[in-house]
Amino acid sequence: MKLQLREICGYRAGDKGDIANVAIFADDDETYALIVREVTADRVKELFGTMVKGRVDRYEAPNVRALNFVMQGALGGGGPRSLRADSLGKTLGGALVRLHIDAPDALASRRRARPDVRWADEILDAS
Amino acid sequence: MSEIRVAGGQGFYGDTPSAVDALLAEGVDYLCLEALAELTLAILQKDRQKDETRGFTRDLPAYLARALPFVVDGRTKVITNAGGINPTAAAHAAVETARALGISGIKIATVVGDDVLGRLDDLHTQHGQAFTHNDTGAAFSELPGPALFASAYLGARPIADALAQGADIVITGRVADASLFLAPLAYEHAWAWDDWDRLAAGILVGHLLECSGQSLGGNYSGDWWALPHPWDLPYPIATVDADGTAVISKPAGAGGRVSTDTLRHQLLYEVHDPRRYLSPDVVADFTSAHFEDLPDDRVRITDVKGTPATDTYKLLLATHAGWASEARVAFSWPDAYEKAKATAAILVKRVEMAGHDVDEWLVEYWGVDALGGPTAHAGADPACEPPECVLRVAWRCADQRTAALVGRELVPLTLSAPPAGMTGAGGRGGGPTELLSIWPTLIDKKLVDAEVRVVLEEVS
Repeated sequence: MKLQLREICGYRAGDKGDIANVAIFADDDETYALIVREVTADRVKELFGTMVKGRVDRYEAPNVRALNFVMQGALGGGGPRSLRADSLGKTLGGALVRLHIDAPDALASRRRARPDVRWADEILDAS
Repeated sequence: MSEIRVAGGQGFYGDTPSAVDALLAEGVDYLCLEALAELTLAILQKDRQKDETRGFTRDLPAYLARALPFVVDGRTKVITNAGGINPTAAAHAAVETARALGISGIKIATVVGDDVLGRLDDLHTQHGQAFTHNDTGAAFSELPGPALFASAYLGARPIADALAQGADIVITGRVADASLFLAPLAYEHAWAWDDWDRLAAGILVGHLLECSGQSLGGNYSGDWWALPHPWDLPYPIATVDADGTAVISKPAGAGGRVSTDTLRHQLLYEVHDPRRYLSPDVVADFTSAHFEDLPDDRVRITDVKGTPATDTYKLLLATHAGWASEARVAFSWPDAYEKAKATAAILVKRVEMAGHDVDEWLVEYWGVDALGGPTAHAGADPACEPPECVLRVAWRCADQRTAALVGRELVPLTLSAPPAGMTGAGGRGGGPTELLSIWPTLIDKKLVDAEVRVVLEEVS
């Protein structure tokens, strides 16, 4: 079965100079073992293509079931220098979880829920 | 003291001072205000260029006005790196704020010495500091122009020294974010500066608190839509024992969430190797930490391990990198993307015809792949046509005037471009902005520490 990482992982991106880091988070040990196996630094480098000029390194944080990808040359020269709208790479977490991976069928039931923003409708309708 | 409570009341320059009210009402021993990012130093540099009395984050008085009634009562102390690249001016503003409120009898400490701009060349030529670029390995001789600021990331010790001298408010320049929080913990618990595991526990706590709401549901990729009262996100508190055990919590109120999941998002934020988180005070192993969810929005953190700090501080330099400006144009279906692309090309051509030199163009298609770049097309149906597209063109020029003239070449396209363009055109208000290149490097701690001072002033 193919799964998109957004269905099973959380994410957050940060910046230091021209380096972006994206951490992804699994909800349980099986999912963590799966992403350790499937989401390699090479696959992430390939996904980002021309957007990441330099190396991609991967670090594991098993205590919080996370993988951290450190991407060199990823921010158009770094925050104060970059012409990009997202000069700090805040959205690169969402970009990484676009990745599709092969997953055992059993993991289908672990899919994360999709957003429910009916409360936002209520506020906006009343405004 | 058996337990120390520290709070993260500010996560960046521009955060909301009103968030500290709930923390102060809850009762915290130390209110820590983290004001500086790499980008902030660049902003403050531009401020200082215009006016030498600036260069600190100017919302400091707004924060202090809220905190001072608690400080004067001895209920809390304030630690902040709001001094930016001019901590002395920030301290002056703090004293003025206290006086304006009729508050006296408090001690304000200023930590100086992180700014090495004036002796940069001497440190390089006389003291063997290579100042090689940390990430690219480029030699200092390749620094693209004169340094505009040079700030070393100091650690917790000078703040702890200021507290030992009786300071009620400590204002620093570029002290590393997490060290602002370690300082009161190490001082109150009398942790030795080589007690690596406890120092690492304090740094980890600081890292979780330094970005204010970001550890309690801000920028949270879990069920963010289900967080209670997201319009009133609280900021975090840590209650830390002498052995380094920490409990993260939030002040009373409806909003936000404290869980292992919200905290682990922050744990790896802006981190490279989580086994070796380099702080000025200790190298912390973030993978050693054990997180335990407790009832009522609390998480206990134990078992954090650390190893000896390195002999160097991070040093951040910046140089001028030209002028940028940008413009945005919205296009509708059909063929929104193609119209946007053609308009960008027409602009490039017109600028060329007008003879303006552009050093760099950046073309983004909002609604298509401006944010995701190549990843936006992973698995996407190539036949799928975006219903709308906003073109954003940004450019970099050597001088401010040319950067402004480039934008004017877009105006005639109102009636002379692909159809139904020029809707909602806009861009950076206020004309071109200055770009800065930053140069992260290292500096021998001893050479910096020799110049670090704590200046204490009593408000009378």
